[in-house]
Amino acid sequence: MTTISKVRYSRRSLLKAGGAAVAAAALPAPMVWGQETKNITLRQFGTGVSNLNEVAEKVKEDLGFTLEMTALDSDSVTQRAATQPDSFDIADIEYWICKKVWPTGNLQAMDTSKIANYDKIVGTFRSGKLTPESVIAQGTAPHTVGFTTGVDGKEFVQEESGWMTLIPTIYNADTLGIRPDLIGRPISNWSELLNPEFKGKASILDISSIGIMDMAMVVESMGEYKYPDKGNMTKEEIDLTLGIFTEAKQNGQFRAFWKSFDESVNLMASGEVVIQSMWSPAITAVRSQGIPCVYQPLEEGYRSWGGGIGLSASLSGMELDAAYEYINWYLSGWVGGFLMRQGYYSAVPETSKNFMSEDEWGFWFEGKPAAGDITNPFGQVMEKAGAVRDGGSFYDRMGAVACWNAVMDENQYMVRKWNEFIAA
Amino acid sequence: MRNNSVIGWLLAAPLSLVLLVFLVAPIVMIVVVSFWGATEWSIYPAFQFDNYAFLLTSDVTYRVFLNTLKYAAITWACTLLIGFTVAYYLAFHIRSLTWQVALFLLCTIPFLTSNIIRMISWIPFLGRNGIANSTLISLGVIDEPLEWLLFSDFSVILAFVHLYTLFMVVPIFNTMMRIDKSLIEAAADAGASGWQTLRHVIIPLTKPGIMIGTIFVVALVMGDFITVRFMSGSQSANVGRMIQNDIGLLQYPSAAATAVILLVTVLLLIGTLLRFVDIRKEL
Repeated sequence: MTTISKVRYSRRSLLKAGGAAVAAAALPAPMVWGQETKNITLRQFGTGVSNLNEVAEKVKEDLGFTLEMTALDSDSVTQRAATQPDSFDIADIEYWICKKVWPTGNLQAMDTSKIANYDKIVGTFRSGKLTPESVIAQGTAPHTVGFTTGVDGKEFVQEESGWMTLIPTIYNADTLGIRPDLIGRPISNWSELLNPEFKGKASILDISSIGIMDMAMVVESMGEYKYPDKGNMTKEEIDLTLGIFTEAKQNGQFRAFWKSFDESVNLMASGEVVIQSMWSPAITAVRSQGIPCVYQPLEEGYRSWGGGIGLSASLSGMELDAAYEYINWYLSGWVGGFLMRQGYYSAVPETSKNFMSEDEWGFWFEGKPAAGDITNPFGQVMEKAGAVRDGGSFYDRMGAVACWNAVMDENQYMVRKWNEFIAA
Repeated sequence: MRNNSVIGWLLAAPLSLVLLVFLVAPIVMIVVVSFWGATEWSIYPAFQFDNYAFLLTSDVTYRVFLNTLKYAAITWACTLLIGFTVAYYLAFHIRSLTWQVALFLLCTIPFLTSNIIRMISWIPFLGRNGIANSTLISLGVIDEPLEWLLFSDFSVILAFVHLYTLFMVVPIFNTMMRIDKSLIEAAADAGASGWQTLRHVIIPLTKPGIMIGTIFVVALVMGDFITVRFMSGSQSANVGRMIQNDIGLLQYPSAAATAVILLVTVLLLIGTLLRFVDIRKEL
């Protein structure tokens, strides 16, 4: 806050006569802050999942400044974060994108001592362990790219250094979505995606960095190969994985591939596809059309992803202070509750609890049967009374993460091979 | 004389400037970038042939280019057949000019909506449980839904034909309208059958229109990426999608190299086509 006032006074005194500056200096600080923040605009961009206008409205209401939101797909997000550092103030990106973008120096690290709820952030994002007994999953686990050496550090460090690259905001555990009515038997392994029984009725997402992880889960589940690290395959492993899927593709296993959320919903809702990689809100979107759809927990575990907000390297002065203010507000519970009532998890669940009803908390976080109808923040009924969340509680789901979305050392090779797979 | 040439230069200047800034400069830029190098998150100026070497030695490139040419050829044949028939009907079977114009405008009505919408509206129609399949099943024509209706080459080409036939109709209709009707009468008087008139009089005189339509359709299909992506359910690739993927992954130099090769291919194609017909003579 001190920076803000200083900046403001110097600006004012440049603009106005000395007398006005003295008068302004006489005003009490909080009011000055309130006046100044009204003129601050922070430009945030990111994937659609958390770039919600409701958040911007609430920011205006609670903090006074303006947050401009731009929603893009993950490729465009990476592109923008890497190539247009002046086009944003806050980047809402995934951890694997962070691994790619951080070395460009377009983001600055955040001082954890300025983050009020830092100690309450779940362990996954700090030590890497959800509970002290947890095993760290393969892939780009958030804590491995979550810390750096200083405000302009370029290297990632593996311990809690006090300088965070991204403040975690939203994450979830992904698995396969199925149409139980069209399948008619229990599904409990990733390998079912390539089961000839579902020939012409399966789908996988055409986003290479995520798709390859789903593929690896399938290959491992089929017993074809055991990866030392799914998140960092060798060229041979990439060839093997894509080879298996290319063969399946040529045998007509897949109905289509999808790239956007809406496509996955349409494929499932129309019955074109009965089993596919899917994201949690897409399941909800199918169900809200009255069509049965299950986010099937599988024996091999989940593929997880996490996003966070990072600050542009060019942020300074009162905009930077406003950004910290925003982050602290983000972790203080309202957004968390808002996101958790859509099926995501927040970085600081305990603050979100205050913004959820006991039933909502029980259903979404604790995996308890819903006592009444569960509605999303927009008032739509998501689940009827008695329903239980697919996969159960937070600890059941996030505790069974087998791998994280990742970016590999052989990423460029993988991407080329992926293109071959699509063209095959 | 001198004055005239100055005026000539001045008159040509605005268009030349526009073309220079918006056409030549970007293409030069693309060619330059196609020799650059790229890391995962940045591109750096260089003069290397890596991008081309990779492209020209990968069999995926050839497969994808072949696929693109296949789409272009089939779409061209279909749009030509339909476009020619529609234009012929409008030009020779409809007698009054008012009706010709009215029916011609009718052809353009679908084009008042976005082409993405027109394309996507096929998806629920062709789907496994879509209108086409359920109608065929209820008529007893088929027992099982036809899988190849959607997310196949069939649906891609169907969408292309639907989207681009008008580009064939317009120039063909235009040239047909300029055909001197007395030529057709003369052909009839000389004892030519309707088929012979079509073959020896109308088609040769319509060639420039056909050629212009061909250029439109071929260029549009070769450069497309979104139709292929949506209608094949991302299962097929064409050159446009290859470029799009590269751009998405920040591989601008590789995308630029692909774009240059595509540009050269299309120019060669059109250059060859133009050797057969002198469209300038007929315009």
